[in-house]
Order: sequence, then structure tokens, then C-alpha cells
Amino acid sequence: MASTRFRNDRGLTARMGLTGFLLVALYLGFMAVLIAVLDVAAPIIVVLALGLGWAQWYFSDTIAMKAMRAREVTPEQAPELHGVVDRLCALADMPKPRVAVADTDIPNAFATGRTPNHSVVCVTTGLLRRLDGEEVEGVIGHELAHVAHRDVSIMTVASTLGVIAGLIMRWGLYFGGGGRDRNSAAVFLFVWLASIAVYLLSFLLTRALSRYRELSADRAAAYLTGRPSSLASALTKISGDMARIPTRDLRRTEPVSAFLFAPSLNKKSLTALFSTHPTLEQRLEQLARVSSDLGRPV
Amino acid sequence: MGFLDALLGRSKPAKADLDALFAISQAALTLQAGMDLQPTGVGAVCYRANEGAAFATAQSDLQQLLDADGGPAVEKVEDAFGFTWLVCRQPADALGDLVTELHAVNQTLQDNGFGPSLLCSVVGFATGRPGDGDDRWVGLVYLYKRGTFYPFAPVPGGAERRDNALELQVRGAVGADLRIEPELHRWLALWGTPALS
Repeated sequence: MASTRFRNDRGLTARMGLTGFLLVALYLGFMAVLIAVLDVAAPIIVVLALGLGWAQWYFSDTIAMKAMRAREVTPEQAPELHGVVDRLCALADMPKPRVAVADTDIPNAFATGRTPNHSVVCVTTGLLRRLDGEEVEGVIGHELAHVAHRDVSIMTVASTLGVIAGLIMRWGLYFGGGGRDRNSAAVFLFVWLASIAVYLLSFLLTRALSRYRELSADRAAAYLTGRPSSLASALTKISGDMARIPTRDLRRTEPVSAFLFAPSLNKKSLTALFSTHPTLEQRLEQLARVSSDLGRPV
Repeated sequence: MGFLDALLGRSKPAKADLDALFAISQAALTLQAGMDLQPTGVGAVCYRANEGAAFATAQSDLQQLLDADGGPAVEKVEDAFGFTWLVCRQPADALGDLVTELHAVNQTLQDNGFGPSLLCSVVGFATGRPGDGDDRWVGLVYLYKRGTFYPFAPVPGGAERRDNALELQVRGAVGADLRIEPELHRWLALWGTPALS
């Protein structure tokens, strides 16, 4: 007798685990090189980057809300939205995040906040206007899954260390430029080249991690609402609309796109490898699999 | 959810706790004696109907099973949030039968693998005799995922207001019989629940 229809996607878990492992290995190796080769400059850069990452994580809710010009809404102001969040949280047994609305026509949603207790789930007015009740619920389920999976924390940690490599890559030559002897110049050149390699690798790995976490969130939302097809239809509607949005708005919303429900980047040159979100086809295919799992007799 | 589950992004759907529901019979005696709140004989299970044939089959089997006893037919109501309420009616003095029926609903869903879709159960109570004018309604709500109860008392008249004083009074009265949900923000408002009408 099955107590639940939920099935783990072992492949997805394994890929995510491997990506995380590679990231950690990469950073450990990079740190070892830094500590072995550099003496003064490295700690300053590392402390700086860690501080930056910590602030970004700690104030993630405020930063994202400001960037998206979102305002928190009370249950009186948005009773339907709060009702949906209330019920999904009760169904998932998780604390209720704050609810916010961003007044923009771009149909999207995001979740942010350092812990589940300090989280905000935000939807845009464009999203509420285009989607019906069940589709909005699917989107909110997806964002709640991000909160439950602590995606803000994990993606911040994953990307902060990449930022360190990026900083050395950009500023390393200035630190090492005035080398008094040949030897130290060579050392700095080596560190600089290593930083470039680490930066590129970590960029690819972080993006892969982000895509896997999006798939995980889709999956959790589908099981939570019991309606994978509503989420799929929401995705199709939003992605269709995304392609028609003018570029100026796109650029303005770019910095927070890592936490968004659907990426607001639609540049043709952006290949799947660099993207923060899986392709629409991948997401729909996964939802179709969940749907058939739910429909099968036990 | 454990650290590793968060790290690997694989939250599992929350499990439903079914058996605590039976404690409601004892609480009903306390409410009758202490607060003059009588069971109305109406109760409902609220769940999320999943898409697909498996859920539809389970649901119709369930309705047939419950209607086979010759009592009042169970009623299926869908609310504004897309959740389904299966409303069971029994004579007001047969609370035990009502709770057994509600348990049959959640047990059937659980057996078919839809336990995670159970939201809550509501058993209706009212002051005095129903329909004599100034009756006050209270629902004892059971949250499947928390395994806890809380009272929900809408102010009569259609406005979405809760009679918090009455709710807190009920909490005090049945605190010894039931596990009351300690976090007040989880006392979900269930406007228009068919169990309180």
C-alpha cells in the first residue's frame, strides 16, 4: 500500500550532487593555490568577497524587493493571493512567507530571503493578469519550493566563491603589476590565469546547479498542487509572452533573474549551457512525467 | 526537511497524520458540557483533487462506499481555491459515526497514495439549537500535516471576520483533550467552508 505517489528523481539528484561536488572541489583547489602562492593580497580579496556575499544573502529579500519595485501586501489588500499561499503552506507544512506584488507588466514571480522564516514570495501584476487561479497557484507552488529548498542560500554560496575568482581575475594584475622581480610577476600571472579558469568553470557549474534547482522546484510544486498540467500551462503562457517583451525592460530586470520563475532573458545568443533556467521543453517534459505518475493506479 | 534534502533540492511531500482525528469525540463532550456547543452533525474533509484518472477513480469509489450505508448522501463541493470538500452528514447525536466517515475519507485517499493532498477536516459545532436566531458556529479544524486542531469561528453575516474571542475560549476548553496548534498564524481561515452551513 503506497502512502505517497511521490517518486524521487534519482538522476536529477545525482546530477545536482555531482555539480555541487565539482564546485566545492574547484573552490578548495583554488583556495589552496591562493594560500600557497599569494601572501598579502589574497586574504583581503577573499574577506571582501565573502563579506559581499554575506550581505547579499542576508539582505536578499530587501535587495530583490527593491530591484523589482515590489511592495508587500496584507491579507486585506490581496485576499485571494494570501488564500492561495495559506493553503499551499498548510499543505506543505511550512511557515508562511511574506507576500508581495510587483507592479510591472512582465509576467513573473520570485522568491527570496535568507531562511524560510525571512522569505518573501512575489508575483507581478502582469502574471496575475495573464494566468488563471490554478496557474497562479502552480507558480506560487514553484516559488514555495525554492523557499523550502533554501535556494537563495545555496545559490549565494555557490556563486560567491565564483565572485572571488572573478575579482582576482579583474584586479589581480593591478596587485601584481608592480612586481619588483621576475619571480613574483610570474607568480601573479599564474594566479591570474588560474582565476580565469576557475571563474569560467564555476560560472558553468553554477548555471548548471541553478537549472537543476529549477527542475527540482517544478517537481515539488507539481506534487504539492497535484496539478502538474496547470504549472505547465503557466510556463507556456509566460514563456510565450516573454519573447515579445521589449529589450529595455529586459535589461533593467536582469540582475535578479537568478531568482525568477522564468528567465527574462531571451537573447538568441544565450545557449542552454549559460542559462539559469532549463528550457521550456525540459520543464514541460518533466511535468508530463509527474502527471502520468499521478494518474497511474497504485 | 533535512540538510541533505535541502542541499539536493528534494523535499518530500508532507505526510498526513490520520489517527488523531478520533480525539474529537472526547472534545465534543467537553464542549457540550462546558460551553453549550453542540455538534451539528456536519463534517467535511478538505483535500486537493489531483489531476488524472487515479484520483478520479479513488474519489468516486469513496463516494459510493460512503453512500452505501443508506444515510444522507455525501456531498462534493469545490471551493474558490480549487480544493474539494467532501461533506458528510449524520444525526447530531451520532458524532462517532461522523468521525468514522471522515476517517474513511482520509484513509481511502491515503491508501491510494494521495495522503499528501489532504489539507484539513472540519467538524461543525453550534450554540443552542441550530436556527434559533443568535446561533454561533465553531468548526474544529484538524490539520493533517501538523496533526493538530484549532477552532475556526466565522462571525455570522457573511463578512469575512473571525470571532477570535470564541475561538480562544474553545481553545481553552478543549486544550486538555486535543493537541491544539500552538502557532496562531497557522490557524487557517476557511471562509465559506461547507462544514459550517
